[in-house]
Amino acid sequence: MGTSLQPTLYLTVNGEKREVPAPDVRATLLDTLRERLGLTGAKKGCDRGECGACTVHLDGRRVLSCLTLAVAAQDADVVTVEGLATDGELHAMQRAFLDHDAFQCGFCTPGQLMSAVACVREGRAGSPDEIREWMSGNLCRCAAYPQITAAIADVAERAAENESTPAESGGGRS
Amino acid sequence: MNTASPAGLRRPDGPAKLTGTARYAADTPAHGAAYAILVGATVPTGRLTALHTEAARGAPGVSAVLTAEDLPDMPLGPLVQPLPMRRSRNGAIDYEGQPIAIVLADGWERARYAAGLVRADYADTRRPVVFDEAPDAVEREPLLSPPDETKGDVAAGLAAAHTVVSATYTTADRHHSPMEPSATYARWDGDRLTVHDSVQSIGLTQLALSTAFGVPFESVRVICPFIGGGFGCKGYVWPHQLLTAAAAKVTGRPVKLALTRTQMFTSCGHQPTTRQTVTLGADARGRLTALRHTSANAASLHGDHAEGATEASTWMYASPAIEVRRRIRHTDRPEPTPMRAPHQGPGMFALESAMDELAYATGIDPVELRLRNEPETDPLTGRPFSSRELRACLLRAADRFGWRDRTPEPRSMRDGDELIGWGMAAATMDTFRFAATARVRVDADGHVRVECGTQEIGTGLPGVIATIASDVLGTDPDAVEVRFGDTELPPAWMTAGSSATMGVGSAVYAAATELKEKLKELGVSGMGFAGSLGAAGFLEAEAGWGPEEGSDLAGRSRTYSMHTYGAVFAEVRVDDELGLVRVARCTAGYAAGRIINPLTARSQMTGGLAWGIGQALLENSRFDGYFGRFVSKNLAGYTVPVNADIPELDVFFVDDHDPHAGPLGAKGIGELGAVGAGAAIANAVFHATGKRLRDVPMGIAEVMAAGAAR
Repeated sequence: MGTSLQPTLYLTVNGEKREVPAPDVRATLLDTLRERLGLTGAKKGCDRGECGACTVHLDGRRVLSCLTLAVAAQDADVVTVEGLATDGELHAMQRAFLDHDAFQCGFCTPGQLMSAVACVREGRAGSPDEIREWMSGNLCRCAAYPQITAAIADVAERAAENESTPAESGGGRS
Repeated sequence: MNTASPAGLRRPDGPAKLTGTARYAADTPAHGAAYAILVGATVPTGRLTALHTEAARGAPGVSAVLTAEDLPDMPLGPLVQPLPMRRSRNGAIDYEGQPIAIVLADGWERARYAAGLVRADYADTRRPVVFDEAPDAVEREPLLSPPDETKGDVAAGLAAAHTVVSATYTTADRHHSPMEPSATYARWDGDRLTVHDSVQSIGLTQLALSTAFGVPFESVRVICPFIGGGFGCKGYVWPHQLLTAAAAKVTGRPVKLALTRTQMFTSCGHQPTTRQTVTLGADARGRLTALRHTSANAASLHGDHAEGATEASTWMYASPAIEVRRRIRHTDRPEPTPMRAPHQGPGMFALESAMDELAYATGIDPVELRLRNEPETDPLTGRPFSSRELRACLLRAADRFGWRDRTPEPRSMRDGDELIGWGMAAATMDTFRFAATARVRVDADGHVRVECGTQEIGTGLPGVIATIASDVLGTDPDAVEVRFGDTELPPAWMTAGSSATMGVGSAVYAAATELKEKLKELGVSGMGFAGSLGAAGFLEAEAGWGPEEGSDLAGRSRTYSMHTYGAVFAEVRVDDELGLVRVARCTAGYAAGRIINPLTARSQMTGGLAWGIGQALLENSRFDGYFGRFVSKNLAGYTVPVNADIPELDVFFVDDHDPHAGPLGAKGIGELGAVGAGAAIANAVFHATGKRLRDVPMGIAEVMAAGAAR
C-alpha cells in the first residue's frame, strides 16, 4: 500500500523548525518524535490514548501524541518535555516535581509534566480536588498522585501570588 | 494543602527523568535496527497447523517474518519462563497470546501493518480448564515455605473456642500494568551480544541470554539503568527477550522490539486469582485458640506459580494451634508471576478481613483484638522476632486517624447521602535478601563515585546509595555520583522482593567502609585530601554483602522471624443509592527497619496504599472461561487508580532498627505499602454498610449485588 503522502513534513518542535522527509501517513506524532526526530521524552505507554504518557503541547493545547497523526500536525507548534527547561534551568513545574518527589519510575513523568503545565494554564488548578480531576487522564502506576497534586498546587499558588507573572513562568517556551 | 517539601534527599536521577533525557529501553536509538512486532496465538489451546506469512513478507518495508522453524534452539537458564515458540514447533498452543511469529520491518507502522497480515490455522482446540473447575494440586518443587504447616491441634482449639468465625475470601486476577511496556533492543557483534532491556535484574537476563545462545557470560552485556515500572512483571526472563536476541542473530541485524499494551496482558505474568478460607477460634477475651488458613491460586497448565497467601498467618498472631495449607490449580492461562505485593498482598486481605469479622463477633475493638493477640515469639516456629514494632504502628496510627471517635455499629456514621465507614487492618511483608557487590571510588578532588550493577525501578535506589555512601565517607550526598544499570559494573541481584536497600545498600556500605579504612591508612581524614592519593589520583574499594549462611534461597532468615509490619486505617464514603465506594482518607504507620531516605520512602508507602486501593476497588482482569483469555487487555477495561481515586494519605514510619537483617538496620518497604489497605477498605465498607464483602475488587456491581447500598 502507498504510505507516503508528500515528500516532507514540517513541524516546529520546541521552537525549532524540523523536517521529516518521506513521512509514513500512518505515523503518529508520538512515533515521529521518537523515531524520526530523536525526541524520546514523550513515552508510549499504551498507544491508544488511555494513559497520557505521550502528552505534548500542540499549538498550546495538551494532546495525546499517540492519537495525533504526524501529518495532521503539519506546520504546527509542538512542545515536548525536552522543551520545558531553558538553558539547563528546570521549569518551575519540573522543580516542584523534584521537591515534592512527584515521580518514581519516571516513565509517565514527561506526560504528567506537560499536562500539569497545561492544567495550571487552563485555570484548572484552583484546588486539590480540581487538580485531581483534571490530571486524571495521566496514569501513574507508581501512584505518585498525592505528590503530583501537591506539586501542581504549589506552582499554581505561587503563580497566583504573583499575578504579573504568567502561571507557566520559570522558564521554558510552554 | 501542605506545600512544604518533605525531608530527605531529592532524587539524584530526578533531573534526567524530568527533562526526558533518562533513557528507557524503547528509547534506544534504532541505528539501523529492524522494528519487531510479535504475532500471538488467538486461541488458548490446541495446535498450530499452518502459518500463512506470504502476505506479511511481501508487505512494504518488511525484512523478515520469523517463525519457530527459523529460530535456534535456546536452552533455558534459571527463572526463565517457558519459551512457547520452541514448543510450538510441535504446534502446541499453551495460552492465548503465545508468540507464533515475529515480523521485522523498517519502522513501527510497517511492522504493525504486516503483523496484521499473518494468518494462522489451528486444530484440536478444546474447552479451557478454568480456575473454578480445576482440582487443587501441590507444587512440584515449592519455591516458598512448605505448602502445609501445622502447630498444635486446630480441631481441639476450635471446639474449645468461645467464638468461631469462618469465611471464604477471593482476590481477582490482576495485571502489573507498569506504564512502560516491556521492550528489548538486541545487537550482535560477532559472538558478542549487547542488549538494552527493561528488566528487574540485568544479571539474570545476562545469564539467560548466555545460556540460551551458548556464549560466555562475559560476551553478553545487558544495559538497563531505568525501568519504567515493573512491579514484578520484569523480574523473571520472558520469551520476548530471548526472541528479540534470536531474531537479531538470525537476521544479522539489530532488532528493537516493544510489546504492545495488549501483549503486556499475556506476555509477562499476572497476579493470579486466589480463593482462601480463614477459620478463627477465640476465647471470651478474644485470644485466639485456633487459626486455620487455606488458599488456592490459579497456575498455568505447566507452571507451578504459588501465591504464599497463607504464610503470614504463621507469624502474625499468637495461637496455640495453627494450620495453613497452600494449593495451586493448573488452568489454561498465561504464566502468572509475583506482583506487588506477592503472597502477603492477597493473603493479608483474607486474614485481616477475618480478624475484623472476629472483632465484630466478639464485640472487641479491632485494634484491641490485634493487641491482645500480639505474640512474644514467632507463633509457628518459636523463633525470636528480629524486630517487630506492630504494636507501635497500631497505637500511633489509630491515634493519628482519630479511631477513638468511631462508633462501631455498622451504618452508624453518615454524612448526607453518604455512609461513612472506618476500617483498619494490620500489614506485614516477608523479608527477602539477595547478595550484591559495589565499588566506591574517590578522586583527589573529593569526587565520590559509586558503581553497582543494579537498576532503578522507581524506588529511589540511587538516592539511597548516595545517602549511604555519603554517611560513611562524611561527604555531601549531592556530590556522590551513582552509576548503575550495566552488567559491566559490580554485580547485584534482582530489584524485587523489597530487597534492594538491604542487598545493594549493604554492599555500598561495606565498600564505602573499606574505602574509609584505606583513606585512614593513608593518613587522610575528612574529604580534603587533594593530592594525597598518590600517583593514581584516586582510591577505590569493592565489597559485597549477602545474607548470612543458613538463610534460605530467597535470603530469608532461619534464625529469626524477620518481617516488616504496619497498620492501615481507612475512611470510605459509600453512596447509599449508587453503591459507589470512595476512599476519603488513609492513615498508615509502618515499621520496616531503619529508613534511609525519608523522602522517597514515603513515596513508596503512598504508592503502595494506592495499590491497595486498586486491589480493593478497581483491579479485576476478567477471564473469559469459554474463550480462555483475559477480556480487557487494555487500560480502559483493566482499571488502575487514577489521580482522582487517591485522597490525602497520611503515612509515617515508627522508629525501628533490625540489627539482624543487615548492617544498616534497614529492611524492605516497597511491597509492605501494598499490604493491608485492601482489608482496611473492605472492613470500612462493612462498617459503612453492614455488609461483608469478601471478594475484591468491590465494584459498584458487587456492592449493589451484596445489598450493601440501600
